[in-house]
Amino acid sequence: MIEGARWKRWVFFYLPMAFFLLFLLFPFYWMVITAIRPDGELYRPWNSINYNPFWTTQPTWDHVRGLLEETLFATWMWNTMFIAMASTVISLVCGVFAGYALARLNFPFAGGLGTGIFITYLVPQTLLFIPLAEIIRNYSLGDTPWALILTYPTFLIPFCTWLMMGYFKAVPKELEECARIDGASRWQAMLYIIIPVAIPGILSAGIFAFTLSWNEFIYALVFLSSPDQKTVPVGVTSELIRGDVFFWGQLMAGALLGSIPVAIAYSFFVEHYVSGLTGSVKG
Amino acid sequence: MAATAVTTAALGDAPPPRRQRLLEDERKLAFLLLLPTMLLLGLFIAYPFVRGIVLSVTDSRVGVPGDFVGLENYRRLWSDSIFRQSVYNTFLYTGVTTVFKLGLGLWLAILLNRSFRGKAFTRAFILLPFIIPTVLSTFAWKWMFDPTFSVLNWLLYRLGAITGRINWLGDPDLAMISIMVVNIWRGVPFFAISLLAGLQTISPELSEAAAIDGARPWKRFWYVTWPLLLPVTMVVVLFSVIQTFADFQIVYVMTGGGPANATHLFATYAYQIGVGTGLLSQGAAISLAMFPILFLIVVVQLLYIRRVEVR
Repeated sequence: MIEGARWKRWVFFYLPMAFFLLFLLFPFYWMVITAIRPDGELYRPWNSINYNPFWTTQPTWDHVRGLLEETLFATWMWNTMFIAMASTVISLVCGVFAGYALARLNFPFAGGLGTGIFITYLVPQTLLFIPLAEIIRNYSLGDTPWALILTYPTFLIPFCTWLMMGYFKAVPKELEECARIDGASRWQAMLYIIIPVAIPGILSAGIFAFTLSWNEFIYALVFLSSPDQKTVPVGVTSELIRGDVFFWGQLMAGALLGSIPVAIAYSFFVEHYVSGLTGSVKG
Repeated sequence: MAATAVTTAALGDAPPPRRQRLLEDERKLAFLLLLPTMLLLGLFIAYPFVRGIVLSVTDSRVGVPGDFVGLENYRRLWSDSIFRQSVYNTFLYTGVTTVFKLGLGLWLAILLNRSFRGKAFTRAFILLPFIIPTVLSTFAWKWMFDPTFSVLNWLLYRLGAITGRINWLGDPDLAMISIMVVNIWRGVPFFAISLLAGLQTISPELSEAAAIDGARPWKRFWYVTWPLLLPVTMVVVLFSVIQTFADFQIVYVMTGGGPANATHLFATYAYQIGVGTGLLSQGAAISLAMFPILFLIVVVQLLYIRRVEVR
């Protein structure tokens, strides 16, 4: 527990903590309040009299309804969900296999390959998006979900592999050897003995990969062009602003609803998410 | 039980089918398991990288293949004042935000490392800025910095700090500060949670022993906690520096590189030239100009991490 005099507790703990919470969470409060505030209240200049920005007396669902009825928001949600799920599954399969091979099997260049995969983990998407866009066009993948389903694994696999390697290394070798003595093949030992033990790791990697693909922006922005193919981040950015006019109510409603799937995935698996995050850092 | 299984397998069975023998060979199994990963990474990382270099020494535009022009694109960048501004901005942006993210993140990690009521809850909520799609949360900030309807202006006005409005995103310096604030906001949770994980591996007994020897809290932190936390800190900083250096989303949403190209970073300028105006090769050259710097950061940090680990 926090020790010391009461004023010390306030100065060194409660006040800084309150400052952090306010700084980190205020934008979300601001999204909520904007999303349910009628236009008449939204577009009042900041210095007008009687203006109270922090709550509203007439909450409205107009923005949410407008978003769902007048825009393709629901389609973007489906697109994003499909793309995020598919690329997560591909990355998990690849990551589990590669992680197992690198952690458990003896073969030439294992160390070099491991480092190589780690380096690709550090390649930012913004480095390659222009040549990649050209390649996607040449394969006629442009403007299809496959453009993203196949490219997202490039930043998900390295991270999944790295995380799974850590988990596989922690599983005692004897467990596998016992199964082998009982007549299991290498493949069977991996599938039925080692992978089940590493389920928590797979879950962590999966949650983390899902949120990363849901959040991805630049590839989706460059590779997709028709409004009905877009993902939530790109759709909200490009379709909810007409000309130079920002529809802030709808924008904030879209930002909120578009965050819900990640927020739900996160809230169910906070511990797994945190261990995925810190595992990716500890390496 | 195990012995019988082995004997029946050894005595009774015919040699396993070819497919199975293939999977028994460690090298071949490893090759098969790594194949999908190598294929995807080769096709969508290694190949585009080579393609990008080739593209950057031609003069191709969208739909026009273009001819070999040597280092012309890079030479042109060298004399491009907007590119120079972007380089300066990227370094400033990365440097300033990393210092703040590390400082605030460490502070928050230390606060969270105590036990208090509602700790798990607080920790879960604090990560929100990091997990919510950046583009979407950046819109909330853009709205908060809106020149006419800014809640920040309202607050400062009510507090008596200002009399007229502040045009946050319309002034080059203020716009730069605004995007840095958003980046810090997004990055602090990542630093805090990662450093907290590092702090939790440090035995509190070490600090207690130092306390018994009469060390003040500040000294205990500086001589006991900080050196033990350093390896984790280095890795977290490495990740963050690379991500920040190559950042795109926050600037794209907040200012789009404006006002008057004053807040461009490498990535946003590459996007504007390569996708916006369709000068593919020029855009590829801008993106690739990031590479030597990123490479240097990675090498320096990997060497440092290895040194810490060896020690």
